[in-house]
Amino acid sequence: MRILVLLKAVPVVGTERLDDALRTDRSVALEANGNDEYVLEAALKLTEAHGGEVTLLSVGPPGAMDPLRKALAMGATRAVHVADEAMRGSCYVGTARVLEAALRRLEYDLVFAGADTSDGQGGVIAPALAARLGLPYLSYASRIEPAPDGRTVTIRRLRPGGYDVLEAPMPALVMGTQVLGEPRYPSLRGIMQARNKEIRTWTLADLGLDARSVGAGAATTRVLRAEPPAQRAGATIIREAPETAVAQVIDLLAARRLI
Amino acid sequence: MDLDLSPEHSLLRDTLRDFLANEVAPVIDEHERARRFPTEVVSKLGPMGLLGIPYPEEEGGAGLDTLAYAIAVEEISRVWGSLGIIVAAHTSLGCGPLHVAGTPEQKERYLVPMAQGKVIGAYGLTEPEAGSDSGGTRTTATHQGGPDGGVWILNGGKRFITNAGQAGTYVVTARTGTREDGSAEISAFILDADTPGFKVGRLEEKMGLHASATGELFFEDCCVPANQMLGPRGGGWRTFLQILDGGRISIGAMALGLAQAALDASTIYARERRQFGRPIGSFQGVAFMVADMATDVEAARQMVYRAAWLKDQGRDYGLAAAQAKLFASEVSKRATNDAIQVHGGYGYIEEYKVERYLRDAKLTELGEGTSQIQRLVIGRKVLDLRVV
Ligand SMILES: Cc1cc2nc3c(=O)[nH]c(=O)nc-3n(C[C@H](O)[C@H](O)[C@H](O)COP(=O)(O)OP(=O)(O)OC[C@H]3O[C@@H](n4cnc5c(N)ncnc54)[C@H](O)[C@@H]3O)c2cc1C
Repeated sequence: MRILVLLKAVPVVGTERLDDALRTDRSVALEANGNDEYVLEAALKLTEAHGGEVTLLSVGPPGAMDPLRKALAMGATRAVHVADEAMRGSCYVGTARVLEAALRRLEYDLVFAGADTSDGQGGVIAPALAARLGLPYLSYASRIEPAPDGRTVTIRRLRPGGYDVLEAPMPALVMGTQVLGEPRYPSLRGIMQARNKEIRTWTLADLGLDARSVGAGAATTRVLRAEPPAQRAGATIIREAPETAVAQVIDLLAARRLI
Repeated sequence: MDLDLSPEHSLLRDTLRDFLANEVAPVIDEHERARRFPTEVVSKLGPMGLLGIPYPEEEGGAGLDTLAYAIAVEEISRVWGSLGIIVAAHTSLGCGPLHVAGTPEQKERYLVPMAQGKVIGAYGLTEPEAGSDSGGTRTTATHQGGPDGGVWILNGGKRFITNAGQAGTYVVTARTGTREDGSAEISAFILDADTPGFKVGRLEEKMGLHASATGELFFEDCCVPANQMLGPRGGGWRTFLQILDGGRISIGAMALGLAQAALDASTIYARERRQFGRPIGSFQGVAFMVADMATDVEAARQMVYRAAWLKDQGRDYGLAAAQAKLFASEVSKRATNDAIQVHGGYGYIEEYKVERYLRDAKLTELGEGTSQIQRLVIGRKVLDLRVV
């Protein structure tokens, strides 16, 4: 089974900041998007159990190499990194265009994507890709089970209060959730093996894409302003032992007519 | 010259930081308070490859280098000194002698499971009468003929042995005879924890490193098959001293990690704590303490990493390792002590952790050769004279 995992390199959580054009500054230290590590873990477990390989696909700045190396050390087989200065400032449509072009050059039975990213609230890349590539789209997966004959995949899709069981023919695109299970730490042996794993770097030209079709110039939307969250009133911290703390919390809530 | 870490070394460091913050930090206090060995934490280290970092894969190790190992001990000790010494004693002292002197069979049987982290190792050199004077071993081994080369009968005991009672394999020295010049002939032996006649005695109540085990070993007509002699007869002491040369890099790394922890805590505290209407870090008296800590820590790191690098290059590292251990351990004591000063009364309170750093750091001036012994080693090498 060939699983392709989409991995976005995001600023280390907690260090996010905006650049002059009000876009997320990606010149800082990057790490793998948390949700992407959960689907990577699911992909690694599946290929460990059933054989096969895991290819990582990341579109992003040079700093994406570090998270890709970590993902290779966790056990992925190889990585494809699409990096091109012309992509800077791409909107979702531009990014989806690049990912689509890369996916058309790669072989896979399943594509995995994380539920969303810590530095962008779109959540649209995965469904957009499925639509552009004509792949079945299975979202909010909490469990992923390919059929032994390799023809179909079954997932549990989370919904409020329970889950649905869905089936689709492969190849398919699965958007996974954290319920899939905690990602592993790279082992030291994994770190050493990753040294010899392939990281292919593609530019827009390699993908046959016109630089003018992506990037800030081709963006369908423009950021006008970025406002920090409104200041909230100071928090009240109760440090008593639970016996007394509970009563104090109840009093506080009651005083504000919240209970 | 390239002073940047390689991508592998950086990834190792970042991975360890994540692992330690998520899986280890939350359980430290309970173990320290109960003086309990962290069996569960240690059992997670093996599968990650953290209990045999510098040994080749065919010996069960992770196949990384001494620098990677030093970084790992530094990062572990930065979070938890007890775990730092457990890993350092197991790796350098427990596995080390088998790596340098073991036969292929001995490596297969003992080193592979140890480097994989399935069995913990310990190293027994120190005795009540043989501390700094490690050649003063009183433990004896006498040969008894029989099939397969016969057996050695060990009698005596060891003191202050890290991982005592937790280890499955002990590597120990014993006197196997007297040389022509009257000096002791000392050989090394590999011992299974369940060997009849072998017993772990009292575990010490220590100033620090409360979650690590330090204890006595007793041998009473303890019968060891001849094929468990490690290295040639009479070569044990040399092997053990050679191991201490390398071990000093890891004690230096442990000292460095503790000093870094002290600096980290002091930096945060000096910025946040306010007195006289301003952060205490804005008073020169406090800022200078932090500045000295930061400078010392950086110098210690360069020395520890350089000693590791020399070893990895196959170059002579004895002097560099002794200097790194001496300097880093004295930096560690100073920095952890100053961290308490920066924290004021809060530094004296357990909750703020810095008092633990000082208690743990003190050991690095004692173990694997006291500071005086390091100065002897360095003095001899620099002067090319027998300094006593
Ligand atoms: C927590 C802990 C863990 C340990 N783990 C191990 C272990 O795993 N395996 C092991 O074999 N040992 C271990 N040790 C023992 C340790 O290596 C010894 O304690 C150390 O070598 C010093 O020996 P000593 O305690 O007998 O002190 P001594 O040798 O009695 O030293 C007392 C003082 O005299 C000084 N001194 C001695 N000789 C000289 C000299 N020639 N010139 C100048 N000054 C001198 C010393 O520096 C020191 O200040 C451990 C010790 C501790 C505390």
